[in-house]
Amino acid sequence: MSSTILINKVSKRFGKKLVLNQISLTVESGQIYGLIGPSGSGKTTLVKIIVGMDSPSEGNVHVLNTPVPKLQLLQRIGYMAQADALYTDLTGEENLAFFASLFKLKKNVQQERIAYAADLVNLTADLKKKVQNYSGGMKRRLSLAVALIQDPEVLILDEPTVGIDPELRQSIWAELYRLKNEGKTILVTTHVMDEAEKCDCLAMVRDGEIITSGSPSELKKQYGITSLEEVFLKAGGKQQ
Amino acid sequence: MRIFALVKRIFHQMLRDKRALALMMVAPLLVLTLLNYLLSGNTVDPRLGVINADDKLLERLKDSEITIIQVEANTKDLILHKDLDGVLHFDGDDISLTLTNDQPNAAKALQIKVQQAIAAERANEQAANLSVFMEGIQSKLPEVPLKIEAAKAPEVKTSYIYGNKDTIFFDQLSPILVGFFVFFFVFLISGIALLRERTTGTLERLLATPIQRRDIVFGYLLGYGLFAVIQTIIVVTYAVKVLDITLVGSFWNVVIINLTLALVALSLGILLSSFANSEFQMMQFIPIAIIPQVFFAGIFPFESMAGWMQVLAKCMPMYYGGNALVDVMYKGLGLSDIRNDIFVLLGFSLVFILLNIVALKKYRKI
Ligand SMILES: Nc1ncnc2c1ncn2[C@@H]1O[C@H](COP(=O)(O)OP(=O)(O)O)[C@@H](O)[C@H]1O
Ligand SMILES: [Mg+2]
Repeated sequence: MSSTILINKVSKRFGKKLVLNQISLTVESGQIYGLIGPSGSGKTTLVKIIVGMDSPSEGNVHVLNTPVPKLQLLQRIGYMAQADALYTDLTGEENLAFFASLFKLKKNVQQERIAYAADLVNLTADLKKKVQNYSGGMKRRLSLAVALIQDPEVLILDEPTVGIDPELRQSIWAELYRLKNEGKTILVTTHVMDEAEKCDCLAMVRDGEIITSGSPSELKKQYGITSLEEVFLKAGGKQQ
Repeated sequence: MRIFALVKRIFHQMLRDKRALALMMVAPLLVLTLLNYLLSGNTVDPRLGVINADDKLLERLKDSEITIIQVEANTKDLILHKDLDGVLHFDGDDISLTLTNDQPNAAKALQIKVQQAIAAERANEQAANLSVFMEGIQSKLPEVPLKIEAAKAPEVKTSYIYGNKDTIFFDQLSPILVGFFVFFFVFLISGIALLRERTTGTLERLLATPIQRRDIVFGYLLGYGLFAVIQTIIVVTYAVKVLDITLVGSFWNVVIINLTLALVALSLGILLSSFANSEFQMMQFIPIAIIPQVFFAGIFPFESMAGWMQVLAKCMPMYYGGNALVDVMYKGLGLSDIRNDIFVLLGFSLVFILLNIVALKKYRKI
């Protein structure tokens, strides 16, 4: 079984509200997999279930052939939450060092990884600044750096490029491709259609259901349309 | 060790947060100093107006530190105008005492002093009468060598098991206050710190790493615990060396008690923070969870509480802390006498710690 993330009939209820309805999807190793859908469609909820921060009401999840939740698995997953969760009274470097030590990186490896991750997100010059003086985009980039700190095999990124300027967005995507070529598996959520184009495989989510999935070109062919945005509208319309 | 990563981070944050640091280290000293001066300030002699009192009684009243002012009438206007605390009026055999009673405690004390003075004066008069009477009898019966000591008002020699004649309320109160401030400020700082971590999402982020839930709780206990150690030593040293608060027992026993209190405060603070969504909601716990503690810490005598209040008192960590602190600082008892209090406090913190570890399941099931 080479699939890295396996989601099997996952449903999630908050009280009576059904937020995820029988979601099944498979992310193959080495893929960039995009979860695309409007806000409130359940992307974050699904992502949290994959990481093990929340448990599904029904169904189950395997990551790297291990049933979720499992503590050791978290060592191998890099997670970037939708909301920046950073210690604003610490510097960027102290944030990275703190998370690095939670992953039990050795001192010299820690230094290397901090330098690497900071360089990747273009924050090397700002590492000594306190995070409370960072702009929104800088915080986003630091969150991404934190997700990469332990050199994980799987990256789960919840809306990683929100609030980041187009130029840096390009460079982050370039880096995601580079990580993919190293054999890492990446799951990103987004509500921006033009980012969907960049994924190897897509799942379109609406109201807690996957309305369609496949590679961008497959989807366009299937619906006979050239823009993914229209695919989304058409596939969504078919459901109703 | 992941715990040490957490401890290191807490140190970074605390050392940078000058306000929190000052609140923890300096605020207790300020409050203690204020209370020390307020409660040990010299009491002003009460001012008593008198009408028709005889000189011997006046001497006696002056001896018991009462300022005497001769007045003509005991009307309200006059009492208030002359700023008197009361008027003592002799009208033949009738004695009346009018008290201003604006401060009931002072009024009671004045009333007792006046009554004692009058009673002592009466006893003296009777003793004098008695000896005159005895002398009369003896002169009539000269062959009887009866000798009767002139009766005197008895002198009572007082000795104290705890404290001495100069002991004031603050001496008994200060051990409780020292413990309470440690408890209160540790509760506040640690509770708000973890609350911030919840509301900014960093706690959730933390739990997306392979850290154990218990490591988070222990990391917090250790990190803030080290600051509590420093705080305890500063507060106790200041209270004893600078304010000259009575410390009969061992300094280190006081530190041990305060540290166990701090441990309870820490674990309670981070536990209650999981029921709050904002700093303000955290503050709302203070009147419920913290203020009542001080009432049951020994300021009001346990024996005089109603039965259900006694049960309530035994549910309060500060009851045991206050008890142990008074035992050591005021009564000079040793470690073996406060052992049980310490164990109960450790029991409290153990329960809170376990509840904390369970409460973190809200964020991650494993
Ligand atoms: N803890 C929660 N309790 C109740 N409802 C929730 C909770 N978390 C998310 N929801 C609801 O689930 C739905 C999906 O939310 P979310 O997964 O955040 O969507 P997305 O990430 O796609 O914007 C929303 O309607 C949201 O209100
Ligand atoms: Mg979301």
